[in-house]
Amino acid sequence: MESIIPILEFKKTCVSYTKQTMAVKYVSAAIERNTITAIMGPSGCGKSTLLRAANLMHNLYPNITVTGEILLNGENILSMEPIEVRRKIGMVFQRPTPFPTMSIYDNVLSGFTLNGIRLPKEEKDITVERCLKSVSLWDEVKDVLNKKGTFLSGGQQQRLCIARALAMKPNVLLMDEPTSALDPVATKHIEELLLELQKEVTILIVTHNMGQAMRISSRSMFMYLGELAEYGDTATMFSSPSDERTKSYLTGKMG
Amino acid sequence: MTNTRIKRRLAKDKLLLWTIYLFAALTTVPLLTILGEVLLRGYDQLSWEFLTQPTPTAYKAMKAIEAGDSIPGGIANGIIGTMIMLGMASICAIPLGILCGTFLAENSKNRFAKVVSYLTDLLQGTPSVIIGIVTYIWVVVPMKGYSAIAGSVALFIMMLPLIIRSTEETLKILPSSLKESALALGGNKVRVMLKVQLPAAFGGIFTGVLLAISRVIGETAPLMFTALGCSFIRWSVDKPISAVPLLIWEFFNDPNLQQLIWGASLFLLLFVLLLNITAKYIAKKWNQ
Amino acid sequence: MNDKLYKILLFASALIIPLVCGGVIYALFTDAYEAFQHFGFLKFLTSSDWSYTQGDEQYGALPFISGTLMTTLLAIIFCIPFSLSVAFFTGEYFRGTKIATVLGTVTDLLAGIPSIIYGLWGFYTLRPIIMSLNISPQGSGVLTASVMLAIMIIPYVSSLSSEFIKMVPKDLKEGAYSLGATRAEVVRKIIFPVAGSGIFSSYVLAIGRALGETMTVTMLIGNTNNIPDSITSTGNSMASIIANQFGEASDLRLSSLIAIGLILFLITAIINMIGKMMIKRARIS
Repeated sequence: MESIIPILEFKKTCVSYTKQTMAVKYVSAAIERNTITAIMGPSGCGKSTLLRAANLMHNLYPNITVTGEILLNGENILSMEPIEVRRKIGMVFQRPTPFPTMSIYDNVLSGFTLNGIRLPKEEKDITVERCLKSVSLWDEVKDVLNKKGTFLSGGQQQRLCIARALAMKPNVLLMDEPTSALDPVATKHIEELLLELQKEVTILIVTHNMGQAMRISSRSMFMYLGELAEYGDTATMFSSPSDERTKSYLTGKMG
Repeated sequence: MTNTRIKRRLAKDKLLLWTIYLFAALTTVPLLTILGEVLLRGYDQLSWEFLTQPTPTAYKAMKAIEAGDSIPGGIANGIIGTMIMLGMASICAIPLGILCGTFLAENSKNRFAKVVSYLTDLLQGTPSVIIGIVTYIWVVVPMKGYSAIAGSVALFIMMLPLIIRSTEETLKILPSSLKESALALGGNKVRVMLKVQLPAAFGGIFTGVLLAISRVIGETAPLMFTALGCSFIRWSVDKPISAVPLLIWEFFNDPNLQQLIWGASLFLLLFVLLLNITAKYIAKKWNQ
Repeated sequence: MNDKLYKILLFASALIIPLVCGGVIYALFTDAYEAFQHFGFLKFLTSSDWSYTQGDEQYGALPFISGTLMTTLLAIIFCIPFSLSVAFFTGEYFRGTKIATVLGTVTDLLAGIPSIIYGLWGFYTLRPIIMSLNISPQGSGVLTASVMLAIMIIPYVSSLSSEFIKMVPKDLKEGAYSLGATRAEVVRKIIFPVAGSGIFSSYVLAIGRALGETMTVTMLIGNTNNIPDSITSTGNSMASIIANQFGEASDLRLSSLIAIGLILFLITAIINMIGKMMIKRARIS
């Protein structure tokens, strides 16, 4: 069963901010399990908008409408309860957003606290250690777990946010340009981490950095003016793009 | 199990939303009922005669009530008193407040300015009844009597910090490039201030002045110890004088005159709301 | 006019503020001195006598200090659910929408109504309600004054708190939503802790306002010179005893009233200073 149904699938997904303008137009794509899929495109092409649709972030803003279908393991999330969907589909944002009033320890567990779930102390400790280890932050922070998350460097904060998302054991992890606010060293660190993480979780990442897409993703989407221009193996897309728009973007004529 | 848990959380979410709806809606009730009550009970009193005649004596009012007539007279003595005192206070407070606000905006890092800024806060937070006491000590005692001058001093002290703050804040949010480019053209500081900065800040300062006036026009306590009140129209500034809020207080305390409360309140309320709405409108225009 | 003259003019006009403040403090201290000297400072603070029998005048500030503290405290408690709701309504739930603007305008207008008109409304509308609910027979008292004070400070607190609620970054809220939180959970566990110090400081500043509010309290508290023994009993606040008796007082009684004014001034100044400091700190972080 599992091998037939894709973990996440967009079916004619449209997102519009106003009645006249559509930011995402009829995108259909199936995301493969345990891969990293990159979404590329010039700025304003709708890549972040598409990503946010998969986490029902648009539900927070009453003027935005999403139509079509987005299937998670074959179930249309658009008709599901947002708070349920968001637990299964984690998200990491462009800017690291550790909660400033919580310690590093509490930040990792914030998904549980926010959802009103109380864990026994041992389970908390195990979860914190597991999640911080999987983002290779454990060794750096294990002695300062009670410090505020905002004390960490930008790269560490972003890894903390990834750990926070992983704590909820999501099926899919959405990442919206997670390294664009970070320096090259921190970026490299996160990229290595993502390659490790794809064993446990399917990753969909928006990036404007073509090098990054090439380094980490096995599949790539190229979006242009809200449409999905091309979707396929990253290597193939970079060596011989089939769409004219992709070609001119990759050769630097556009965007 | 999971489902009931989610249902419970969503129910809590709804509950908070409706609580907020409810209490926010309840907050508007006092405004509506205050407006409604003052309007309903006061509108038939508001007439040309009411605005141009002085307050009747308690005896006259009593006679009218006994005869079943409406009370003759109005609040002209209060309106004129308010205008005189507000006028005198404004003439001093507006220029001085703008100058002082300019000083604070220009020298925000200066130590003396920091002290002045702190004391402005202190003065703004001082209860108006205390301003009344102090003005009594400063003006009424040495002049050996209540007067319009004393009332004006009290209003002046209350207006000053409001105008200073609004001037300072408006000047501070002007882009510094405005001042710099004007200075680069060779204007000296005075000219740049007069011809570029103050005109650019005019809307904000004007709004501040209107709000300051609307804040002090309804002040009662400080006038009780300074202007005292007076039952006839008076133009001299060294004698006791009336004001609209003082009249309301008088009517409130005098059973014979109680009918007049609502007309006077309606007048004051309309005036204050008009000032507030105008100020808001100008501020909005200016921000665009 | 040259730059030097301009600078001098600005400096000179700024002198008015220290001058006025110095004058306020000086006048209060010199004229309150007689009362403090006659009764002793501590005795004056702790005595609850207020009798002006010729030859045996006894004045103490305790009833009025307790009246002020009681009305202020109750007013703050009453206003919390309303002001928080309005703040979250305009600052979070309906931020930037027309309905929030309408509610914001309504509360702004409420803030502009003169306190004597609040007093009238309290006297002619609220007092009969309290009487008909059998809460207190005469209708006026600490409770009535507090309810009215609460209505008066709601607009002030809610617009200040709403400012801090709006300052919570959108990224942070989305971060919480992405973990599956409901809006109520985001409000309680993210916005409230982050904006908390700012919200708290707006209540401190509201205390500063309520302490010195005069006319409303004078018209509603019942004007009796005793320590209120329950929330429905009558009393006087520091501001209302001054408003009630200043005009007819002389000599020792006048000095005692000014002494009460001085105490009120100092308490208000301290509360306002604390509030301003807290609000500055909350704005920076």
